[in-house]
Amino acid sequence: MSRHIDELKLVSGAMVILALATSLMVVIPWILLEPVQAQAGLGPLKPYTAEQLRGRAVYINNGCMYCHTQQPRDPSQAPDFARGWGRPSVAADYVYDSPHLLGTMRTGPDLMNIGARQPSADWHLGHLYQPRAYLPNSNMPAYPYLFDLRPADQVQPADRVVKVPDEWVEDGMVVVARPEALDLVAYLLAMDRTYPAVPSLPIPRQRTVEP
Amino acid sequence: MEFATYILLATFLLSLLALLLFIVSMSRGMFGTEAGAANMIFAPGERGRVEDPSLPAQTLRKLQSAMTPNDAAPADANSEELQRRTEADRSSAGPALLCLLFSVLWLLVGSMFGLIASLKMHLPDWLTAEAWLTFGRMRSSHLNVVAYGWSSMAGVGVALWLIPRLLQTPLRGARYAYAGIVLWNVGVLAGVGALLAGWTEGLEWLEFPWQIDILLFSGGALMGMPLAITLLHRRSPHLYVSVWYMVAALLWFPVLFFIANIPGLHFGVQQATMNWWYGHNALGLWFTPLGLAAAYYFIPKILGKPIHSYNLSLLGFWGLAFFYSQVGGHHLIGGPVPSWFVTISIVQSVMMLIPVIAVAINQHMTVLGSFRALLYSPTLRFIVLGAMMYTVASVQGSLMSFRGVNTITHFTHYTVAHAHIGLYGFFAFVMFGSMYFILPRIMGREWPHPRLIGVHFWLVTLGIGIYFVGLSIGGWLQGQYMLDAARSFSESVAVTKPYLASRSVGGLLMTLGHLVFAVHILILVLGRGPQRTSAARLRDLFWLDRSLPSTGVAK
Repeated sequence: MSRHIDELKLVSGAMVILALATSLMVVIPWILLEPVQAQAGLGPLKPYTAEQLRGRAVYINNGCMYCHTQQPRDPSQAPDFARGWGRPSVAADYVYDSPHLLGTMRTGPDLMNIGARQPSADWHLGHLYQPRAYLPNSNMPAYPYLFDLRPADQVQPADRVVKVPDEWVEDGMVVVARPEALDLVAYLLAMDRTYPAVPSLPIPRQRTVEP
Repeated sequence: MEFATYILLATFLLSLLALLLFIVSMSRGMFGTEAGAANMIFAPGERGRVEDPSLPAQTLRKLQSAMTPNDAAPADANSEELQRRTEADRSSAGPALLCLLFSVLWLLVGSMFGLIASLKMHLPDWLTAEAWLTFGRMRSSHLNVVAYGWSSMAGVGVALWLIPRLLQTPLRGARYAYAGIVLWNVGVLAGVGALLAGWTEGLEWLEFPWQIDILLFSGGALMGMPLAITLLHRRSPHLYVSVWYMVAALLWFPVLFFIANIPGLHFGVQQATMNWWYGHNALGLWFTPLGLAAAYYFIPKILGKPIHSYNLSLLGFWGLAFFYSQVGGHHLIGGPVPSWFVTISIVQSVMMLIPVIAVAINQHMTVLGSFRALLYSPTLRFIVLGAMMYTVASVQGSLMSFRGVNTITHFTHYTVAHAHIGLYGFFAFVMFGSMYFILPRIMGREWPHPRLIGVHFWLVTLGIGIYFVGLSIGGWLQGQYMLDAARSFSESVAVTKPYLASRSVGGLLMTLGHLVFAVHILILVLGRGPQRTSAARLRDLFWLDRSLPSTGVAK
């Protein structure tokens, strides 16, 4: 075994270092955040409904999180609050989020409070069908596959007709939202964390500082 | 005291302890004897002689003339070292070739996904009719194909080929490698199919559904087996620094991948910390060590010159392991995570300068004085440029972790440019160069059209150059516009558009370069190229005897 002493050093060193990093970055956050998770339901945040969860799945499987974050930053760091994206988020805001959708990119704006900022379902449906009908500069993909195009005379009473500006729809056709689009909008409208922040960790005891 | 203080104090004490251990082991020479280990990649007579199987005899002579003249007797074809190396190469040829061919296939697929995603960024109404073609699915398919298909297969293929050489013994348990390679690639294929169909875990870098991850995990474990068995039968007296990197990477990755993919364990913000622990470690503890291992072998091997300082390379290794493994938190600066978590990651991101400078000094000092060699050897050019991009990407990464810089670059395309200078400029370039060295050895034939290597080099170099410069500027402007409360958000979108278009131009050039590369490999493997006599054949590894000035074939 003595000639394998280098292997022993290598394997043990490498694994000890990985264990350290894992404790620091996975295990300790798990231990610290578990009490926050355990308090789900006690705070002002409501669980998602079945419809909102289906909509969240549409959000995920179309990759919305690659261009939209869900983590407004502190006003001292960035003007996120001034843009109407909401207060800085805290761990308790995410207790029902699985998977987390914090995001890493703002090709589009933060959506943590999009339901409060833009509460119109009509706007969201039309915007998903053709973003440039509403925001000419937008480079968000259009999602026509979440909608059906129907001749105006074939619309059923139960259909959710989407009002899209005329130049974006062929003459005589109307845009009807598919269930996926309606679910997605239900999820977006539920994005509302405008209640006061719940501290994510026990607040440290106030210490009196001697002058 | 608060909890955060305890953690920061503990980290500080631990770092001091690690430093102490390191000094003690250095002073006791526990890092291997300097000269012996650095020179073990050369057989007697090889030191001072260039080696580049991708070069025709004439160019090879020019390359040799760029180095110090060597009057020593050429390597003895019958020496024990060279016999062992021939056996080692023969034993690994099959699995390494399979791995590398799969990697190139995924490179083409991944480039297409990347190019489509890039075009969609400035042509948002292009290909919108089908769900599977939407931006979100193209982007995730691109990332997963280039990470798990191209980069992982290339890295493992090069490792499979290098390890028997460096351990001076034939590869054992090749059948595990074959099984592993097949399982892994079936896994990648199934994973991409799932993503295109809209079945995803929704976590960046961890999109593949956990059911499919079982294939990748078992494939990865099987591919690691032959390396472990071969290690136990090594005949080399030392572990060369490349072996340290490769063995560690092959140990680390399965652990990372397993913990990250346990279903139902992670939740909310904790899942985000885990996500970036994994995401950055996939780069730092998987791709980076595999890339550095290749650079540490091929630069000295091609130049016929041992690495500048062997001890420095081990400092680089342990520094990378310790610091890189804790930097992931800088992806969550400004996010809803405890501040100690972010602070530790920023500190370790800056500490990364130590291993990065160690690697930089070592690799660049080895090349120093031989820059003319870059003119003649495209293989070396790929690897040396890759090594330089490692330094650039790493120093940039350390700077980007500072809160002041991060506030601007976070959430912008600047980060995307940074990711590509690392995983492409560094890792892919080193892999390209390694493959130009390895494939002629495996096939026993030289590259059919050496000019195509130059075409590939210039296409991808120009491509990544345009990509990186354009997107960095666009991302920086985007960040500044977003921070300016007086500007509307949509201005930050509009300002990036020309730069997003320039990214597509760069991406197109890179994709064209990959096509040239793949076609060239196809001609080589099918044996359809012109037949030449001065081939870099496996059975006559000792071509140096023939091709050097004294006995050159072509005058």
